Amino acid sequence: MIFKVLKNRTPLGWLQLKHDKMRLLTALSGIAFADILIFMQLGFKDALYTTNTQYPRQIQGDIVVLSSQATNFNKLSTFPRRRLYQAMDIPGVKSAEAVYLGSLDWRNPQTRKKTSMMVIGFDPDRPVFDLPEVNRQLDKVKIPNTVLLDQASRGEYQEVISQIQQGKTLTTEIDRNTVTITGLFQVGASFQDDGALITSAQNFLQLFPRRQVGTVSLGVINLKDGYNLEDVRTYLNAYLPQDIRAFTYQEYVEFELNYIQTSSAIGFIFGLGTAVGLIVGIVIVYQVLSTDVNDHMAEYATFKAMGYRNFYLLGVVFEEAIILAFIGFVPSVAIASGLYRLTAIATALPLVMPVSRVILVLILTIMMCTVSGAIATRKLHSADPADIF
Amino acid sequence: MQNSTNQKPVISIHYLNHYFGQGQLRKQVLFDINLEIAAGEIVIMTGPSGSGKTTLLTLVSGLRSTQSGSMRILGQELCGATNEQLIQARRHNGYIFQAHNLHRSLTALQNVQMGLEVQSKFSRPEMEECATAMLEQVGLGNRLNYYPENLSGGQKQRVAIARALVSHPAIVLADEPTAALDSKSGRDVVNLMQKLAKEQKSTILLVTHDNRILDIADRIVHMEDGKLVNNSTMSMAA
Ligand SMILES: Nc1ncnc2c1ncn2[C@@H]1O[C@H](COP(=O)(O)OP(=O)(O)OP(=O)(O)O)[C@@H](O)[C@H]1O
Ligand SMILES: [Mg+2]
Repeated sequence: MIFKVLKNRTPLGWLQLKHDKMRLLTALSGIAFADILIFMQLGFKDALYTTNTQYPRQIQGDIVVLSSQATNFNKLSTFPRRRLYQAMDIPGVKSAEAVYLGSLDWRNPQTRKKTSMMVIGFDPDRPVFDLPEVNRQLDKVKIPNTVLLDQASRGEYQEVISQIQQGKTLTTEIDRNTVTITGLFQVGASFQDDGALITSAQNFLQLFPRRQVGTVSLGVINLKDGYNLEDVRTYLNAYLPQDIRAFTYQEYVEFELNYIQTSSAIGFIFGLGTAVGLIVGIVIVYQVLSTDVNDHMAEYATFKAMGYRNFYLLGVVFEEAIILAFIGFVPSVAIASGLYRLTAIATALPLVMPVSRVILVLILTIMMCTVSGAIATRKLHSADPADIF
Repeated sequence: MQNSTNQKPVISIHYLNHYFGQGQLRKQVLFDINLEIAAGEIVIMTGPSGSGKTTLLTLVSGLRSTQSGSMRILGQELCGATNEQLIQARRHNGYIFQAHNLHRSLTALQNVQMGLEVQSKFSRPEMEECATAMLEQVGLGNRLNYYPENLSGGQKQRVAIARALVSHPAIVLADEPTAALDSKSGRDVVNLMQKLAKEQKSTILLVTHDNRILDIADRIVHMEDGKLVNNSTMSMAA
């Protein structure tokens, strides 16, 4: 029934839009502008979330064990290494590696300025990160007092980088220790620290004399084939004392994301930007649609005189709104994808366009246009057929 | 009170009063109107400006709610009718306005189709066929896909007539349909209305100031200060 009505219906909204090319263009540029703004805000937000959860994401393991005091990667607290040995007794657990994390000030070898660096230590024979660059160079950190440097660390490191790339090594001071930089990798800075160093567990303990080998920051567990991830995680939580918590890899990434989302202003700032984009879109589309309604007042009143219901005219305005949403959206996806690529090249931020975001923005666009349409239809009631005779 | 003829009138108005405004500003514009129009009759209404002709027409057509008296159109009482009943009543009528009021984003053909679409009982191809035939009848078979902006005043008014008559309405209401036209096209338009309405056996109520077209009427009624004078309602023509 509805389908038959739609099939036989003159696509009045579309014909109206098509007839006034200037107005159509105005509406489309307005929507595209709003959509691109929204895409950029969402893109930056996600890029910042990603860059601030780089190391957790790169963990190479099925299950991650943390102290139950841990709030995020930068505040992991510690737990006894014994827990990892205990975990080894649990059916399905193949390996349980200890990771040591700490933050210290070092002198940038190039500028001699003190900056805060995160130091990650683990057994160089058992890689815990999915960082091929690091894993290839782990032999180098078996030598005492050597580290690998994240070349994407905040600060000036160009000379350091070029020297090391030429095969030379560089030394600098950490407290009273002299350490040698023997290799580079690339991950990126976070809010907390300007950069990161990766080294062996032994070197780590050398740099942090107050830390003990028996207290670890994070455990990385890998399972034997054929065991269910969730089951083992649940079992670990039940079997091991309450001073630790086990997460599946996915849960742990979520845990880190949740922390950054709730504790940083990133969500608020870019959420605000998104809202501004939406409001700009609503205002522009409203302007266009209400001008259109005003321009067609006499025609609409005529339609009412012919026996069309107010509902029919509402349908025309919403038809226009939905059409505008779709054809304004398509070019904005294309343009935003291009801008993502340009921005990614310029800023080294990981800007990508997931399908979920495309769908989200499409839904927002339809909402935006529908809201504008709804406001614009208020004027329809004043299309009085008694006044046109 | 009861009509003596066996044929039921299409339009039957009794003791109709109409007021505009509220309270102190309330002003009566129609006084005790009585008018009956039989099926197939062409009635022309004349009268000075401001005498209430348009007001009466909007009441007959269901564009305005009847406030007091009786207004029976095709047997349906419009006094006290619901909004939905008014909308349904409008669908029995063909309207021709002083201004053509065509939709400027629609071609002549699409404009005429809108007169059928409101009935929602035809398929698209049927509507297109009827609308094309109607435009051919008004002599615009070669202008089907023209937009109103590319048509002359007379042509536009003929499209408006086609739109009003395409659904074969029982009643055709026209408010000064020739006012915007020169005398030649005005005459053509009126002849066309007369011809089509006769073919479709429609009843016509036409308001005009144009003395040159009075000859098409079966009956002429005159409105003066909101009252019908020389009211010939009871003396049935035909
Ligand atoms: N919407 C309205 N509100 C208040 N008064 C109105 C309204 N419409 C018409 N009137 C008044 O009602 C009276 C009758 O108006 P109407 O439009 O019916 O006259 P008319 O006979 O059609 O005149 P014309 O020949 O100029 O079209 C006039 O005095 C007019 O001022
Ligand atoms: Mg008038």
